[in-house]
Amino acid sequence: MGQRPIYVMAEQDLPGLLIMGIGGTHGVQESLAALLKKHFSVITMKELLENKKEVGKKIQCIFVSEFRPTIDQELLESLPNLKVIGNSGVGVDHLNLKMISNFGVRVTNTPHAVADSTADMGMALMLASARRLVEGSQIAVSPDTNYFAADWLGVEVTRATLGIIGMGRIGYKVAQRARAFEMKILYHNRNRRSQEEEQAVGACYSEMEDLLQQSDFVMLVVNLTPQTEKLIGKKELGLMKPTATLINISRGAVIDQDALVEALQNKTIKAAALDVTYPEPLPRNHPLLKLNNVIITPHIGTATVQATHMMAEEAIANMLSVLNCQPIPSEVFPQ
Amino acid sequence: MTQSLIFVQRKAIRAVGDDESSGCSVSLNTLTFVSTCSRPIMKGEELPGLLVNEIGGMHGILHDHVEFLKKHFCLITMKEFLENKKNMSKKVQAVYLWWHKPVIDKDLLQSLPNLKVIANSGVGMDHLDLKLVASFGVKMANAPCAVSSSTADTGMALLLASARRLVEGYHVAVSPGMEYCEADFLGVEVTGATLGIIGMGSIGYKIALRAKAFEMKILYHNRTRRKEQEEQAVGALYCEKIDDLLCQADFVMVVVSLTPQTHKLIGKREMELMKPTATLINISRGAVVDQEALVIALRSGVIRAAALDVTYPEPLPRDHPLLKLKNVIITPHLGIKTDKATRMITEEAVENILAALAGLPMPSEVHPS
Repeated sequence: MGQRPIYVMAEQDLPGLLIMGIGGTHGVQESLAALLKKHFSVITMKELLENKKEVGKKIQCIFVSEFRPTIDQELLESLPNLKVIGNSGVGVDHLNLKMISNFGVRVTNTPHAVADSTADMGMALMLASARRLVEGSQIAVSPDTNYFAADWLGVEVTRATLGIIGMGRIGYKVAQRARAFEMKILYHNRNRRSQEEEQAVGACYSEMEDLLQQSDFVMLVVNLTPQTEKLIGKKELGLMKPTATLINISRGAVIDQDALVEALQNKTIKAAALDVTYPEPLPRNHPLLKLNNVIITPHIGTATVQATHMMAEEAIANMLSVLNCQPIPSEVFPQ
Repeated sequence: MTQSLIFVQRKAIRAVGDDESSGCSVSLNTLTFVSTCSRPIMKGEELPGLLVNEIGGMHGILHDHVEFLKKHFCLITMKEFLENKKNMSKKVQAVYLWWHKPVIDKDLLQSLPNLKVIANSGVGMDHLDLKLVASFGVKMANAPCAVSSSTADTGMALLLASARRLVEGYHVAVSPGMEYCEADFLGVEVTGATLGIIGMGSIGYKIALRAKAFEMKILYHNRTRRKEQEEQAVGALYCEKIDDLLCQADFVMVVVSLTPQTHKLIGKREMELMKPTATLINISRGAVVDQEALVIALRSGVIRAAALDVTYPEPLPRDHPLLKLKNVIITPHLGIKTDKATRMITEEAVENILAALAGLPMPSEVHPS
């Protein structure tokens, strides 16, 4: 008849991918689920739990998004054919890498997809805090407001000093953006960047103490590791200027939160802006929620339509590379 | 009334990105303004009288600036002036407007026979009747250099806050009722998006410089086209027709002066040309945007969101529909409200006043159009 036969991969031939769920509060967005379904036979946690024995065998990959599903020993034991966990996002501190590795399972993250959005969020928080944007918006709409006070002021961002702690991909993008505000940029990192990289953004390498003492804005852009846990504590806060603002777009546990509360209450530092806390969300009676010199956002560093799609695509590419025995773009290893 | 000769010694360092055409050469952090009298002030000699609305309070001169002002002027508040018009009226040689006050009308101008100059805090002059003031032979000055960086920063702050739903997110993070953030709480990307700047003066240009670092594609519309080098430096494309800008931009930032031509510049027609995913940001004057049309556009999804540092009036009446919309951020005219910017505005004003009193060219004189 001349018609070419069409070969369509039956859904069940696609590798099984476990996700938390689709839609709702904790599920993957509909549009991302559709993207995943192009490459995988998508299985939800609910479906797995309904028939662990049968369904468990089918799962070769897990797509972890917003830290879900939780990867524990029980889950890993129920997935004999699991080959890779593709994390959406760059931080993997919520994953027990050693334990996962013991099961012979690889872990990948998405360092490229997160960088721009997270850097943008860092800038958004710095500007919002400096210019008292959230407070201002409350004044603008409050039923009690009948005038805007002339002596209600924020602090200048242009030409101020920004200290970036953690100058990886995201930190560097923050520096690029801050430079356009004519900010003086100091940075601290495990490894020093090349001279060209430093010059391109006008960044000066500093020891932690110098950075803390000289900065008007301190931005945390590190991974959470045993070395960076409580990196910013009472001592570090004490070194900061009393006019300085601390911005955290890393992980909540990088800051000693109790020390931060004290520093903000005693005006050891001027303000803080946190996209991340420990835990997330904070308990509703936590003192950080009551301070008027704190902005907290609910970990929306990569919460844009575009970024979430890019993260899913990067995770898909990573997981497929594992299944196809190809070089893996972004594998993460236990320390 | 003796008039002392004042020599103004100024070290000015040209700041990066300054608008060449406006002749600004004042650097925010490094301004060293030194004013020295050519001869020591004699006993009994008075400093020129400077009329201000009040000191401190709702519309008053900032307390922090008083000492600096008193070095050059004899400060007279409106209250003092009104209580003792006969004696005070001849002393006033200059007026320093702080947030548009005191109101300059015919009565006031007639009662100040020795008034030579009115200096405005900020760049907008729409609250002044420039022709009326000029008809009394009084010079006027604004403060264009001090405002541009801070206002550009405000514009970027609003753009980012709106795109990333920062204010909404804050409420989710701290509200007692909210326990977690929905996985579908999403904003829109700023990096790589298209920014349309309407009004590419010194503030608009500084916004372009900042937006470029976010790899934004920049379109602009202006009365006059900028020089090629200026366009290239920020990668900005000129849109002769405002419509072309409106239909392509993800973010539309309005950075014009308020004039009869720009009154309700952005109305129903303009908003309908915008993308339904677009955000409108206004850091000019409230009256540049048709507020009723904006309410409708936001309610019906004609545009995604708005962020307004300025409204008409300020503040809005407490029952205004704009205050209730979820997809609007309103801020209380943050514009230049920083410690450094306000300080610099006063320094710029003093410079202009002293120049006017000495019969020297003023750094930022404003003439009626």
